[in-house]
Amino acid sequence: MTRAVLLLAAFVALALVPRAHAQIAEERVVAGLSQTTVSITTGFTGSEIFIYGAIKRDAPVPKTWPLDIIVAVTGPSEPVIVRKKDRKFGIWVNDSGVKVDAAPSLYAVATTGPFRDIISFTDDFKHKVGLEHLVRFIGETDDAAYKAGYPEALVRLRKAEGSYFVLTSGVKVSEETLFETRIALPANLVEGDYRARIFLLRDKSVVDVFESSIEVRKVGLERWIYTMAHEKPALYGVISIAVALAAGWLASTFFRMVFR
Amino acid sequence: MNIYLPIAEVSVNAFLLLGLGGGVGMLSGLFGVGGGFLMTPLLILIGIPPAVAVATEANQIVASSFSGVLAHWRRRTVDFKMGLVLLAGGLLGSAVGVQIFAVLRALGQVELLVSLCYVVFLGIVGVLMFIESLSALRKAKTNKRAPRRGHHWSHGLPFKMRFRASNLYISAIPPFLVGALVGVLAAIMGVGGGFIMVPAMIYLLGMATTVVVGTSLFQIMFVTGATTLMHAILNQTVDGILAVLLLIGGVIGAQIGVRLGPKLKAEQLRVLLALLVLLVCAKIGYDLVRTPDEFFTIGGGGH
Repeated sequence: MTRAVLLLAAFVALALVPRAHAQIAEERVVAGLSQTTVSITTGFTGSEIFIYGAIKRDAPVPKTWPLDIIVAVTGPSEPVIVRKKDRKFGIWVNDSGVKVDAAPSLYAVATTGPFRDIISFTDDFKHKVGLEHLVRFIGETDDAAYKAGYPEALVRLRKAEGSYFVLTSGVKVSEETLFETRIALPANLVEGDYRARIFLLRDKSVVDVFESSIEVRKVGLERWIYTMAHEKPALYGVISIAVALAAGWLASTFFRMVFR
Repeated sequence: MNIYLPIAEVSVNAFLLLGLGGGVGMLSGLFGVGGGFLMTPLLILIGIPPAVAVATEANQIVASSFSGVLAHWRRRTVDFKMGLVLLAGGLLGSAVGVQIFAVLRALGQVELLVSLCYVVFLGIVGVLMFIESLSALRKAKTNKRAPRRGHHWSHGLPFKMRFRASNLYISAIPPFLVGALVGVLAAIMGVGGGFIMVPAMIYLLGMATTVVVGTSLFQIMFVTGATTLMHAILNQTVDGILAVLLLIGGVIGAQIGVRLGPKLKAEQLRVLLALLVLLVCAKIGYDLVRTPDEFFTIGGGGH
């Protein structure tokens, strides 16, 4: 009897172990980015980042559920004011606006499938992957603003200018092991530290996350002008005027010499 | 060829900016206007934030007006004394204007204010100029000259000064006030204010038309210079690269305009300018009352 119970227990244990192993999933994401710094030069027209990687695992590929990947690149979050136009005295006037406490300057996402089909709401909330968790209000204006459509408007406007986009099926996975995607960053980038996160998912749950950062900086002339305009505004103003006067004089002198 | 603007933080086509600068610069040389009333709305149209467009345009006008002033100076068609009186008013006006601009920018109403100013001032000036220049054109055809007004309404005012180049002996108060009004507009609208200054000098002050353009440019140069400086300090919205691209086109255009001017008839020139002013006015006015496609805008939160 005891033998039989022990045997049964051992059998159950044996049967369970591989499953448990797969569940905790000794699966990890190892990834690399083609560049971790983006330099905004005068001729900057955007930058394409190649993100690639592999799934590291000790056990064979689990057959339970296909593997999914979400690659999310987000820009620095800033408060943004969204204003709505109202008709007053026949003309369209901006209202005082609603302050969105945090909105990423960039939201570029590539996935292996439709967003809602590959990540559960709980995990999405936990890891703050979806836009609705990134565009946030703090305080009690929440409900009213949501009803009036301010956050949707922000997302819509940012999508229209190309700052927010989702590339469904933009991630290529081969042999359940290797993956790659290309994310084209637009030209109107702001400076800051961007986050690149890669989520490995099975059965709509996040199994592992890889995180890296992309440093976006103005360099050279761009850097110099921007810094000076903010740190030495008076000198910057004087130089601007001097350049203008010099250009005016040059053109005048040049034309006088040519058309004499 | 696209170029990234460090302050505006957008990428735009460099040749487009050079072309805009050139076209507007030519008008500047032709009419004695800075051309800002055309350029600022155009810059906003191609995606430059309004605050940056206004401040940077002021900087560009410094270049085109200086280039024009030099050309007029050689022809001795600048009334420096009148210019200095206008300038004194202008500096005061632009200091006030930049403050108003900073407050409205924080409230998110800059766009509206700029648009309203455009509609009101362009409308008034355009209509007046159009009527006047048409009747002048008719008179020119019958070879009759407009009679010179003997007594001016401002003759009773104190601080009389003699403006030899303008052929005037009037009180300094009207030119000072004209200058101040133009200064406020320069700061708010990102314009030199030539489109108001030129008609005001001819019709309000009764200046000799030969010196009007040069004197207007002289005053505009200083007022926009002051405006640039104040915007740079208060709002940090002067974009160096945008300004350089615009002014390269602008100064070349202005020189062409100055040389083209004497070859055209003054009355015809004024009809053209009036039509141009009215056209811009109508476009901006229409945009204010038209139901927008998108009701929401993103305002500068942290910028």
